[in-house]
Amino acid sequence: MNDLTPIKTTLKDWETDQEVRWCPGCGDYAILKAVQRTLPDLGADPSKTVFVSGIGCSSRFPYYIESYGFHTIHGRAPAFATGIKLANPELDVWLITGDGDGLSIGGNHLMHILRRNVNTQILLFNNEIYGLTKGQFSPTSREGTFSPTSPMGSVDRPASPCAFALGAGGRFIARSYDVSKDLGQVIKAAHAHQGAAFVEIFQNCIVYNKDRFDDFIAKPVADMNQVWARNGEPLLFGKGTKGIALDTETLTLKVVDVVDGDWQGAGVIVHNVTNRAVAHMLVEMPFGPFPMALGVIYDDPRPTYEGALLGQDQKARAGKSADLAKLLAKGQTWTVPG
Amino acid sequence: MATAVFEGPEGLTGGKENPATPDAVVVRFAGDSGDGMQLTGGQFTLSTALAGNDLATFPDFPAEIRAPQGTLFGVSAFQINFGSTDIETAGDQPDVLIAMNPAALKVNLDALKPGGLIIADSGEFNKRNLEKAKYTVNPLEDGSLHKWQLMGFDISALTLEAVKPFGLGNKEALRCKNMWTLGLALWMFDRERGPLIDWLRTKFAKNSTLADANIAALNAGHAYGETAELSGPLRQVHIAAVASEPGLYRTVTGAESISYGLVAGAQLAELPLFFGGYPITPASSILHNLVKLKEFGVTTFQAEDEIAAIASAIGASYAGHLGVTSSSGPGIALKTEAIGLAVMTELPLVIVNSQRGGPSTGLPTKTEQSDLYQAVYGRNGDTPLPVISARSPSDAFDCAIEACRLATQYMTPVMLLTDGYIANAAEPWKVPDPATYLPFPATFLEEPNGPDGTLLPFARNERGARPWIKAGTPGLMHRIGGIEKNPTTGAIDYSPASHQTMTDLRRAKIDGIAKNIPQQDVALGETSGKLVLVGWGSTFGPIHQAVRRARRRGLDVSHVHVRYIWPMPENLGDLLRGYDRVLVPEMNTGQFKTVLRDQFLINARPLNKTSGQPFTIAEIEAAIEEILAA
Repeated sequence: MNDLTPIKTTLKDWETDQEVRWCPGCGDYAILKAVQRTLPDLGADPSKTVFVSGIGCSSRFPYYIESYGFHTIHGRAPAFATGIKLANPELDVWLITGDGDGLSIGGNHLMHILRRNVNTQILLFNNEIYGLTKGQFSPTSREGTFSPTSPMGSVDRPASPCAFALGAGGRFIARSYDVSKDLGQVIKAAHAHQGAAFVEIFQNCIVYNKDRFDDFIAKPVADMNQVWARNGEPLLFGKGTKGIALDTETLTLKVVDVVDGDWQGAGVIVHNVTNRAVAHMLVEMPFGPFPMALGVIYDDPRPTYEGALLGQDQKARAGKSADLAKLLAKGQTWTVPG
Repeated sequence: MATAVFEGPEGLTGGKENPATPDAVVVRFAGDSGDGMQLTGGQFTLSTALAGNDLATFPDFPAEIRAPQGTLFGVSAFQINFGSTDIETAGDQPDVLIAMNPAALKVNLDALKPGGLIIADSGEFNKRNLEKAKYTVNPLEDGSLHKWQLMGFDISALTLEAVKPFGLGNKEALRCKNMWTLGLALWMFDRERGPLIDWLRTKFAKNSTLADANIAALNAGHAYGETAELSGPLRQVHIAAVASEPGLYRTVTGAESISYGLVAGAQLAELPLFFGGYPITPASSILHNLVKLKEFGVTTFQAEDEIAAIASAIGASYAGHLGVTSSSGPGIALKTEAIGLAVMTELPLVIVNSQRGGPSTGLPTKTEQSDLYQAVYGRNGDTPLPVISARSPSDAFDCAIEACRLATQYMTPVMLLTDGYIANAAEPWKVPDPATYLPFPATFLEEPNGPDGTLLPFARNERGARPWIKAGTPGLMHRIGGIEKNPTTGAIDYSPASHQTMTDLRRAKIDGIAKNIPQQDVALGETSGKLVLVGWGSTFGPIHQAVRRARRRGLDVSHVHVRYIWPMPENLGDLLRGYDRVLVPEMNTGQFKTVLRDQFLINARPLNKTSGQPFTIAEIEAAIEEILAA
């Protein structure tokens, strides 16, 4: 995000006249609303905001936000965004991508925007399936996913978007889901982070991967199967009856019971968003034995790419004039007399 | 003019009584890729330019950085043709071959003109090196070189002797061999050593011992020439300065002139320049040059791959910079989808393709013109864009400016074709005055352009170009993308009528460029006649010289050289129909020939070469004779 003068807008100001073309019931609607609702809270200026996307269902997103929008090509949105940011670092740039767009065809670019730390918000909608091409398994599909291209079940091991982003050097890693009431908070935190902020948003594909995330989103199981990371607070779940602790013998995480609210006694970890090692463990916790870690898992800013690069440019320009005639006449020259 | 002037006794090795004053000389320096031949050639080029000769060079080096020593495939060569008349090619056949080892002799001997002079470092013709070059007997001793004049002396030993006082290790001392050789060459052609000594002092500013050693080697080579003249057949040759247009001159390579041209183009468009690039031979040198020109409002970005390089440039154009990317064939292939997006979103972009031999990785360091189909036809969908081609290093400056003009005036990606030869070759360049170029300031939309304050991002001006709306402009929020759009509102619309209309509009815009480019001229000869040679790109030199020679002999042949490959100048078809025969020499299997046939239904005939080497004048001359004799 940028230090721009806050602008007063409402949700309506961020809606376009375009008819939204996602399938009825698609999780994208909820994410769109959450973003449109959050942008006014950020004081964002539609004229200074750019949404950049690749290809896929999620990548239609920019057409529905009343700001600048660039629907580019499959997987390459991070590279377009980097060019936009270098040309005008004042722009507030958001990337919208999906699991196929961001981690399959565009994995390379996602890695590089994260390691460079270009100051953008990257929202990866993970529905664990290729939706727009009619339901093939994706790089995040779980092993054994039945699809038109894996009739006997997929054998690929899935990629973990947050682990990938951390491994690529990302300095802000967060996770949420389409219908979460806390999605807006996570987006706000991402926007507040100076640098590349990566947010994985689990998103329900109503047609090809319906209710895929119900094992931790569905109301009856949500409490037991979601642990929300909040800076400075213990990693508790199950209405405070369980927590995440460090097994000091194996140096791995473990689930512990919390009796009578004595989480300290149970050794529950107090979440520290700058602890990279714990962040790695949280995003890699196998679901089932562990709950799904959600919220702002890691947030530890460092200087941005465009700041460093453009700063160097400024230094190189200092005290020099752009005299083209002089440049052309540089080096070893000779004169042919008239 | 003639390139080969020395013949036997009248030539370089004639008696002292006959001082040679030829029009032009071709010299080839050849050695191991680690011998510093490109550096030697480059410095000899500078001294040639400073002596006021016209010149053309041809650096020819292996793709390997340090190929195994002494091997045939590790030979690196630098050829220069210089003279007192106009020089248009690097010369067909060298008059002088300087061979630093047996492999260099073997690889380059065939090219040497009969009667030409071989200067060989006999110290390197030992058993091991002879074996590596697959010689069973030492060619310096078995009389097999009798067709040529041979001077073998132990340059290695002479260099070691010369640099002895500086206490260098053997390896470092032998590195000075190229300066010894350069010293000899400077003596042979009556050149000043001063500028070279200055250059060595700057180059080795941090190590004065190395500077002194190299200067000593240079001086020793020079002194050796004087002594050899006294005792042997070698003698000095003086080439008079060429009669050139008065003015300030410098040497320039294509990579330099393109970089300067892009900077000039951005200045004329009054835009900051954004360059997204990825390392690839032979295009990288443009990025190397531009990274040093930040004070001209240049931002450079070394991307993670070719796709990101072009994508970042398109992103920068969207945000109001002039986006530029460059590559060579395989990299351009990777960029293709993004080029389509730039066509679809109608954003300005310059794509420089330094062509090299293909397909696939092909010949990374050799030249070819085989990406013309890729430039004109090589995209999915009906995706037209302007294609222009540079004929020489100095012409590349103007072409780069023209690419910037078309990109910004027509809101389109533009492909600028050069090749490995233009990128690396040097020629004298009359330094242009930037003030003489007509500015073409880019304009950005600042206010809504539709009825009732609406925004129409794809409304068109008289050129068919849409407005450039810089992301971040207050109140002009809009969305663009690769999906087909409504011709009026620019909103997503893939209805049949919209796609038909938009396809037609995109095509008409590019076709319309023909009205805004110069008419095709005749480079040499008449506007009609028996035969015309139609060239494009770096074949200008050999075609021009071949046509000039043929015309001197009374043959009815003309030369037309096309800069605008797509769209073509409006008069080109009629012009070509004025000749009985049309011959298209090009370094591919006939790509421009096909486009000419396609556009004008004329019987254009091919003359093709795909050896990774430029045409020789003689090859084209022979083709002219054959076709006119038929």
